[in-house]
Amino acid sequence: MRLEHVNYIYSQGTAYEKQALKDICLEFPDGEFIGIIGHTGSGKSTLIQHLNGLIKATGGALYYDGKNIYGAGYPMKELRSQVGLVFQYPEHQLFEVDVLKDVCFGPKNQGLSEEECIKRAKEALRLVGLKEKYHNQSPFELSGGQKRRAAIAGVLAMHPKILVLDEPTAGLDPKGRDEILNQIAKLHKETKITVVLVSHSMEDVAKYVDRIIVMNHAEVMYNGTPKEVFRHYRELEEVGLAAPQVTYIMQELKKKGMPVSGDVTTIEEAADEIMKAVQIR
Amino acid sequence: MIKTENLSFEYEKRDEEGNVIGTHVAVDGVELSIKQGQFIAILGHNGSGKSTLAKHMNAILVPTGGTMWVAGKDTKQDANLRDIRQSAGMVFQNPDNQIIGTVVEEDVGFGPENIGVPTEEIWQRVEESLNAVGMIEYRHHSPNKLSGGQKQRVAIAGVVAMRPKCIVLDEPTAMLDPNGRKEVLKTVKKLHEKEKVTVILITHYMEEVIDADVVIVMDHGKIVMQGTPREIFSRVEELKEYRLDVPQVTMLAYELRKRGLNIPNGILRKEELVKILCQ
Repeated sequence: MRLEHVNYIYSQGTAYEKQALKDICLEFPDGEFIGIIGHTGSGKSTLIQHLNGLIKATGGALYYDGKNIYGAGYPMKELRSQVGLVFQYPEHQLFEVDVLKDVCFGPKNQGLSEEECIKRAKEALRLVGLKEKYHNQSPFELSGGQKRRAAIAGVLAMHPKILVLDEPTAGLDPKGRDEILNQIAKLHKETKITVVLVSHSMEDVAKYVDRIIVMNHAEVMYNGTPKEVFRHYRELEEVGLAAPQVTYIMQELKKKGMPVSGDVTTIEEAADEIMKAVQIR
Repeated sequence: MIKTENLSFEYEKRDEEGNVIGTHVAVDGVELSIKQGQFIAILGHNGSGKSTLAKHMNAILVPTGGTMWVAGKDTKQDANLRDIRQSAGMVFQNPDNQIIGTVVEEDVGFGPENIGVPTEEIWQRVEESLNAVGMIEYRHHSPNKLSGGQKQRVAIAGVVAMRPKCIVLDEPTAMLDPNGRKEVLKTVKKLHEKEKVTVILITHYMEEVIDADVVIVMDHGKIVMQGTPREIFSRVEELKEYRLDVPQVTMLAYELRKRGLNIPNGILRKEELVKILCQ
């Protein structure tokens, strides 16, 4: 997926006109795990809704597999099954009588046979870690984290090439948050699916993703590895974001003369760095 | 301020036809005593009973067993309802569900108007509350155009305008971005310090509770841990069993301690850890 000079203006030509995306050029290579961060209103949700054609850019172009998705006769329906979008609080969209049927809904709409739907649904539920004993339960009897995993399975059953998740951990307890993210990381490793994760938690993106895209005022502010991006922690703070707490600790230690790298974004790395420094001393 | 004795709340579980198939005990024999002016944080996984407990604090729910007193009034007595709701105000998770006015100051004035406060005093309270949450310059704005953090601060102002002795906040930052979270938390701490309001904060963010006087951990409707933030966050393994976590700095200190460094338990702030490591 490639975005070239994408612009999006809300309510164009009215008094409420507002530019939500400004000249966005981005690439989402196959198999990458990408995080998108940015404060509310920075354009991240608008951006991800472009990826499966839910919103049409008012300028620029999107290429999927080399084809312009705005070109005449482009199979939009095909794109929507290739790019799976999991919205915030996706469990609000569960509706079927049991979990398995709910997950079958997507593939059924793609015109697949019942047999194939069930096969895919079972596989998707396995991938999100929902055991068979839940398959015939009402989705409404599941816990918050389980509901969310069932909803993600519903998108996975459509066999997307790109999985886009908008704050999949909002409102979950810490364990539930870790479970979902570990499951997504495992899924990414097992199936080589491209994952785009929108998150408000700097700690989470630092731990899981290969590359971070920072959105600010409708523009891409940074685009790089977690280390590269969080090196700009001061600039991030100015736009209402931050680096993970450990980055600050390491920066502080470095300032105080401890021989550690300030470019640390996870607890394990920080512990390794500090132990190394202490042993020298 | 808030006291409970063997507080329990159970409800009936029903199947699709509406037949009772069992009962669920959401709060199970809770003993609680919160003093005026305290800052209490309640942690617990999804479904641990913390929100159910919070809803008892302004009598949205009344106990099915035991008793809860808010400012000395038994919440089971209908006659006390008005006093209880004035003593304890509540702020919920979703800012969009709590705002009703079309203009910020109207929204904040809605509560006092409802309880018959004279017009002049309503305006005075609106001004004070908006000042207290740092939203006075938005008084003539439409709430729709505000950010999530700003909306939550307006919701808090609406509660403050009722001059409650106690504010109960049920995951007020769950739907906000880091900036919004910081704004709301700062506002809550300021109300606690300056206005001496009793604060009960329910949250999934461990970093938000390090300034609390007491942290309470709930599991299966029971209080399973209670203590200062330092005491609670010293018990990393136990917290993990309750599906909880500790702040990143606490986790790093814990990890270093495990690897043999001489670091005390329950480090809460990055400054503390930096100081110890640089000694």
